[in-house]
Amino acid sequence: MNFWQVCLEAFRAMGMNRLRAGLTMLGIIIGVGAVVLMLAIGESVREDINRRIDTMGSNVMVILPGSSTSNGVRAGRGAAQTLTLSDSAALAQLPVFANIAPIVQQPFQVASGANNWNASVYGVGPEYFNIKDWTADKGSIFGDVEMRSVSRVAVVGSTVASNLFGEADPIGQTIRIRSRPFEIIGVLATKGSDLGGGDQDDAIFVPLSTARQQLIRSWTPGSIQYILAQAASADQVQDAVYDATQLLRVRHRIREEQEDDFTVRDLASIAEAAQGIATALTLLLGAIGSISLLVGGIGIMNIMLVSVTERTREIGIRMALGAKRRDVLLQFLTEAIVICVCGGAIGVLLAYLGSVAITKFSPMEVGISTSGIVIAFSFSAMIGIFFGFYPARRAAGLKPVEALRYE
Amino acid sequence: MMSAVMPKARADALRGPLIALTDIRKSYFNGDLETPVLHGVNVTIHHGEFVAIMGQSGSGKSTLMNILGCLDTPTKGSYVLNGREVEKLSDNELASVRNETIGFVFQGFNLLKRMPLVDNVALPLLYAGVSMAEARKRAAVKLQQTGLGEFLKRLPNQISGGQQQRVAISRALVCEPALILADEPTGNLDTATSSEIMNLFTRLNEEQGMSILIVTHEPDVAKYAKRLVRLKDGYVTYDGPMADAHL
Repeated sequence: MNFWQVCLEAFRAMGMNRLRAGLTMLGIIIGVGAVVLMLAIGESVREDINRRIDTMGSNVMVILPGSSTSNGVRAGRGAAQTLTLSDSAALAQLPVFANIAPIVQQPFQVASGANNWNASVYGVGPEYFNIKDWTADKGSIFGDVEMRSVSRVAVVGSTVASNLFGEADPIGQTIRIRSRPFEIIGVLATKGSDLGGGDQDDAIFVPLSTARQQLIRSWTPGSIQYILAQAASADQVQDAVYDATQLLRVRHRIREEQEDDFTVRDLASIAEAAQGIATALTLLLGAIGSISLLVGGIGIMNIMLVSVTERTREIGIRMALGAKRRDVLLQFLTEAIVICVCGGAIGVLLAYLGSVAITKFSPMEVGISTSGIVIAFSFSAMIGIFFGFYPARRAAGLKPVEALRYE
Repeated sequence: MMSAVMPKARADALRGPLIALTDIRKSYFNGDLETPVLHGVNVTIHHGEFVAIMGQSGSGKSTLMNILGCLDTPTKGSYVLNGREVEKLSDNELASVRNETIGFVFQGFNLLKRMPLVDNVALPLLYAGVSMAEARKRAAVKLQQTGLGEFLKRLPNQISGGQQQRVAISRALVCEPALILADEPTGNLDTATSSEIMNLFTRLNEEQGMSILIVTHEPDVAKYAKRLVRLKDGYVTYDGPMADAHL
């Protein structure tokens, strides 16, 4: 018997007991569907996290001031204003850093014409946009000239632009921050949300000098809120963390036994942790899917065993007509594989529909990859071979005379 | 090759016996308990013969039938079928012998329920390695010869018992076997249909020289054969021409 004849036989056998074949297939459908969909969800989570990590900029670390203690009450990290512009300038001298961006930030109610909106206002230098690898979609970003001249110019994120101006072009328009007019000179490209889920485009950027003098006053002269720093290369991130720590300890006159009054946090390690979580999530989801596939496979074995018993006489007839053990083995194995592959195909289809539904009704974007389909397919064929083999061997091992006599 | 240049009967005579059973013994074992069923059967059957094996139930005729059909192996003794020593064959070779040399006809017809008749008849050819198209073509020819040419696409449960048995006979003939082995072929049929089937066997034997071996307990069926082998309690009690036998 050749391959097609054996397949035809398998389809005939399935057609003879449609309900049973369908129910058996259901196990595989659910199993394969679950594996494919779960892997696709895990993959999309991972991609999403990677996309967010990319928006942080590469080789970036953030330097935060320590907490402050007043009358025994400890405020949170960043409450103390221990970082200054001169700290930032000193860090910029270190060769391990490619960019240093001192930052002040505060939320303001901003207004333009009749519209108003609450957004974070950042005072930054042009280096900030280099570190974040952030460019203007329209207009341009302010540079050193605006920094020196303490210009009232602003670059806005896309969320702010759409909320204040809708479809209209914001370039050249004026917004009022703390009742002071600022001219919008640029709209930034959309970056999406950060690792924490915050909207990075809901922000307004003004020159640091302007922000410090006119918007965000502080009682410590030259103080800034935090520093974003970029190492010259990925290899130098660890050195940069160390050098920055040493330099700031010296500058802040911290004695040997005292703790730092600042924190240098390497964002790459945060990114790694996030990626680790995504990988673990993918594995977990895959494992859940695999268990349903395993259960489906055991269902196949169960039904095939019943089928072999039921068709003992048929096996006997076939053997009397000249079927070799190999023919019988192949026949039952093929039946199991056909059920699995059909179930696998339907499962992939369902997973695809599921991914379309998830993409439509949730913020997640789930796409099914070709490799996922190929893996699921070969996996279901393997399930068929694995769980079909034992029943098939049992059928092939029957003695012709006993099989023929079986009622 | 030989049969192409000389009459089949003469060619058969040159080939030696079709079946040579020498001291065939068969016992069934249940643990240490041995139940002997056949106590040394010696029978020789030549090509072109039409033989009936008769016996009451428990006489060992079914066991003998299974051994003759290469479905079971004897505990002791030698069985030469068409020049091949059966006890020396492997499982696969036995399957080939069943496929090429023997055509089975069973009491319960044993057609495969879900298959159209033409595919039922074609099945042995598929196991012989013939392509599906060719097998169906030859199966259709056989079915036409047994008068079922118009039922090719029907399923077994859509035709009568007599017709089903004729399909089974077509299936037995489709690989051009050396021997037709029929086990109670009329057991499930009424008298009129039985004689129809037996007449078909007679025609096959007389017109085509087909060797036929029928196992039955019914004298009315056995009498169509030309030679009788009677079994009782595992011994051959008669082996001779049907005309001389006391049915």
